[in-house]
Amino acid sequence: MAAGGHSPLAQFEIKQLIPLNAGGVDISFTNSALWMVIAIAAATLLLTLGMRGRAMVPGRLQSVAELSYEFIANMIRDNAGSGGKPYFPFLFTVFFFILFCNLLGMIPYSFTPTSHIIVTFGMALVVFIGVTIIGFAKNGLGFIRLFVPSGVPIALLFILVPIEIISYFVRPISLSLRLFANMMAGHTMLKVFGGFVISLGFVAGWAPLAFLVALTGLEIGIAMLQAYVFTILSCLYLHDALHPGH
Amino acid sequence: MPQLAAETFASQLIWLAITFVILYLIMSRVVIPRVGGILEDREARIRGDLDKAEELKADADKAMAEYEARLASARTSANQIIGEMKATMATETEKRRHEIDAELSKRQAEAEVKIAEQRDSALGSLDEVAKQATAALVERLTGSSDEDRVARAVASVGEGR
Repeated sequence: MAAGGHSPLAQFEIKQLIPLNAGGVDISFTNSALWMVIAIAAATLLLTLGMRGRAMVPGRLQSVAELSYEFIANMIRDNAGSGGKPYFPFLFTVFFFILFCNLLGMIPYSFTPTSHIIVTFGMALVVFIGVTIIGFAKNGLGFIRLFVPSGVPIALLFILVPIEIISYFVRPISLSLRLFANMMAGHTMLKVFGGFVISLGFVAGWAPLAFLVALTGLEIGIAMLQAYVFTILSCLYLHDALHPGH
Repeated sequence: MPQLAAETFASQLIWLAITFVILYLIMSRVVIPRVGGILEDREARIRGDLDKAEELKADADKAMAEYEARLASARTSANQIIGEMKATMATETEKRRHEIDAELSKRQAEAEVKIAEQRDSALGSLDEVAKQATAALVERLTGSSDEDRVARAVASVGEGR
């Protein structure tokens, strides 16, 4: 939703704020980094301010913190089983990181770090590698059973096993693409309709403006939904790692 | 498309790693223990309160049972006392009645004895009077009287009575 750019994609441009260089690699503090910092600050603020009172009967903010805690805890218990408990802090962080990046991206003139494939792919890759390591650490070579569906005729296995393996390795790509594409498409669409409002002017601009309002509501919903989807899929992958013989 | 500008990848990944790790540390060290702690505390408190309520209810039930037992025993002892009372009163009344009966029959016997005495004495003096009257009558008619014969005659008449 950044203004100034002429193309709907201009809002996704990375701008250096503090140029930094480490061994020839550009690690500048950019607008993306700034909004990641703002996102974790906001998440921390919400969850610590809410719990400041530690009241027996929770207030509004404390309820938010408690409900999100139980929401993620239940999600892990239902989808990954009780063995998923040690990974609760990681998944809790994943959820809140994506949620706040997505939601803060809805503020006009802000930047959405999760609208960049490299960011979502980085997170998806951490989940994928982590889950694979957990799978082998918990089951040893038995983790291979994940690729061999049980109760299938031997002849079919020659087709199914390669499919299973491919689908396993496609996971980080689908996981990251889903989040990235949703964020980028939503923001691009908002920008395009924003452009319509301006170009159609005072007379006919009302129709795209009304649509823009509705779309903003939808995008806020998608911002939350995609954080949820990313987290729940991580839970399901974790479930596969903990119980490969499904 | 800015997303494909590979020269920004390193910076984005570095900052993603930094911010994510910081958030992870804050969540795992501060937020999650705090929220988890308060949830556990609340659960423990609620469980404790429920246990206490259960305990108090058991106490109340016990007190109620005790009260009922006492009430029942009080009732039985009251009934017992009433029964004893009735029995004593009945025996007492019986005894008194016996005493009064005995007293009355004694007095009746005494009165009967007295009546018999008086009648005997009255009858005895009647003999004497009859003798004297007979003797005086005989003397007036004959000029003399034999006491023994008079007495015999009176006695023979008296026997016929």
